[in-house]
Amino acid sequence: MSPNFLIALIILSNFTLVSTSRVNKAIQITVVQGVLLGLIPLAMGLGRHLHILGMVLVAIVVKGWFIPFLLRRAQRQVHIHREIDPYIGYTVSLMLCALGTGLSLILAHMLPLKAGATEILLVPASLSTLFTGFLILVSRRKALTQVVGYLVLENGIYLFGLLLIEEMPVLVETGILLDLFVGIFVMGIVINHIQTAFDSTDTRHLAELKD
Amino acid sequence: MAVLLIALPLLAALAVYWVISPTTRAWMLPVTGTLHLVLVLLALRHWGALPANAWLGLDALGAWVLLVISTLFCICAFYAPSYLALRADRDSRIFCVSLLAFLGLASLLAQARHPGVAWVAMETTTLVTAPLIYFNRNRRSLEATWKYLIIGSVGIALALLGTLFLAYAAHVGGLEEPLHYTRLIQHADLLSRPWLRAAFVLSLVGYGTKMGLAPLHTWKPDAYGETPGIVGALLAGGVTSCAFLALLRIYSVVVAAGEAQFAKELLVGFGILSMTWAMVFLVRQMDFKRMLAYSSVEHMGILVFGIGIGGHAARFALFHLAANALVKSVLFLSAGNIHRSYSAKTLPQVTGAIRRTPVSGWLFLLGFLAITGLPPFAPFISEFNIAAGALTTGHIWAGAAFLVLLAGIFIAMSETVVQVVFGTPSPQRVRTPYSDTAATTAPLIVALCLAGILGMWLPKSMQTLLEHAVITVDGRMPLREVRRVPLAAAIPQAEVPHE
Repeated sequence: MSPNFLIALIILSNFTLVSTSRVNKAIQITVVQGVLLGLIPLAMGLGRHLHILGMVLVAIVVKGWFIPFLLRRAQRQVHIHREIDPYIGYTVSLMLCALGTGLSLILAHMLPLKAGATEILLVPASLSTLFTGFLILVSRRKALTQVVGYLVLENGIYLFGLLLIEEMPVLVETGILLDLFVGIFVMGIVINHIQTAFDSTDTRHLAELKD
Repeated sequence: MAVLLIALPLLAALAVYWVISPTTRAWMLPVTGTLHLVLVLLALRHWGALPANAWLGLDALGAWVLLVISTLFCICAFYAPSYLALRADRDSRIFCVSLLAFLGLASLLAQARHPGVAWVAMETTTLVTAPLIYFNRNRRSLEATWKYLIIGSVGIALALLGTLFLAYAAHVGGLEEPLHYTRLIQHADLLSRPWLRAAFVLSLVGYGTKMGLAPLHTWKPDAYGETPGIVGALLAGGVTSCAFLALLRIYSVVVAAGEAQFAKELLVGFGILSMTWAMVFLVRQMDFKRMLAYSSVEHMGILVFGIGIGGHAARFALFHLAANALVKSVLFLSAGNIHRSYSAKTLPQVTGAIRRTPVSGWLFLLGFLAITGLPPFAPFISEFNIAAGALTTGHIWAGAAFLVLLAGIFIAMSETVVQVVFGTPSPQRVRTPYSDTAATTAPLIVALCLAGILGMWLPKSMQTLLEHAVITVDGRMPLREVRRVPLAAAIPQAEVPHE
């Protein structure tokens, strides 16, 4: 399987993510994204290195199972099913996401890449996923959907990191995954507190502090 | 030694979780803080140029920042037992664990020799400090915590992307892992320029968010306004210093690669913008804790401004790191005392603090005068020299703007401070049983005295440390080897202009 095929699927999953209002579905898509991300190194033909195999396994477990598990648990505790009335509507989000992806392709074209890395679409896909993450973060009201946006943002960064997977020592990569996992965990706890304090996880309630 | 500095606070954090008595738990903070400070002072004898393949170690820059953070932690830790005794209704377990874990991670960051490790340390400090902001367990502190977490995490994610860009710049240039700072600086000419520039911009935005540079500071007034004063002091002097260090590490690589001009312009721009933004929000600021937050935005601006000017100003920017941390601890802790005494932190309710809590009132006033540049306190020396550095190196407009902003901020802050300290007592005020005690004021007096002493006299060994820290920031390798060597050989080298 060509890595570009997996990358195309990830970009498609970005589009699905910005146009869905159901929180359940959004979490399912993060599972798909996590697994696809994890599989890319194998598609790049790096499966012979033992430490990369280890990374693949850890990434799939953390991004494809553990973090979605935490998100689901948070969702069950706070009982939200739909993102209602986002700051930016779904159609507009979808168009913005498409625009961002187009711009990412142009931007990636302008940066010098190491010989041999040009035919894989990692850089444009990474920029496009980053953009999607930002879009979700700023356009949604529910704390849980914002965390999904943060996760997608991190996925974009991880995609870029795959350019360097042969060079990055395992220690640093595991550190990054661990941080992501703990970060989402802490955010999950805070969401739970928001639910108890405000009886809702709508971040519109979090607007008391201002000048 | 390197490992011990990190392990001691982390082990203490682990131990404090199992301690049942709240008093013992609280007293573990000053004990660990003192031990850590002693270890740092011992380690200061050994700092020096490190082998290129070391993962951990203290160079001059790291040693200076760690010394500042450890001193600040010690001051806050001695304040903590009396504070926690006043808040006996709250469970202090997570609070103590988070404080100690922060100290351990700051030690890791100061000693990290690899950008990835430094990033992991910075990210983890964000996470361990989040529960500290939520200590008061009400809606307002929850909102502040959420903003701190989300904005801080996005900032730190951008810093990670910057770190990856830096690694890719090296990869394109044919430089492979492990990319320790020493190797990156030694082989800086190999780095790919477009990727390196992008890496610096992302790191500046990312770590700048953690420092609280305008316009990325939006979490800061909320977080500082809602946390206990002790946490505000640690965030304003400790976490921001950590982020500043992480940024300086990347900056030194950029300078070594000959891209100094580009980086410096950005830093001066962010510095002036932060100071301007802070001044606008300081005018008629009714909430004195938010006022301190904007003052912190201003001082982060001063730090990057000084580094951006370079040379003499850069040296005093590093000095300002210590001056800011010490005076901010006085301000935040005394503000915490006043807040406690009035059970309010906004202006119509809080006036005439000098009569109700004379010691805290005086400390708040002196802290304000010190931070805005009254001699002989340390911030005067640094602010004066940064301005002088800017004016004497041809940055006339930047230097003039810097001075005008300092004056404007002094006027804006003085209005609020004078009313809080001297104003006629308002009829709406609430009477609480709190009054100043030796335990809640002595650490502040020590911090203020330290700031006064630093303004007049800096020990010779500290001067050497600062000289070498500036050389490190400028992307050169300090000549001092791991053991003491005659400094006469090292210092003239430091004055050769780096082009």
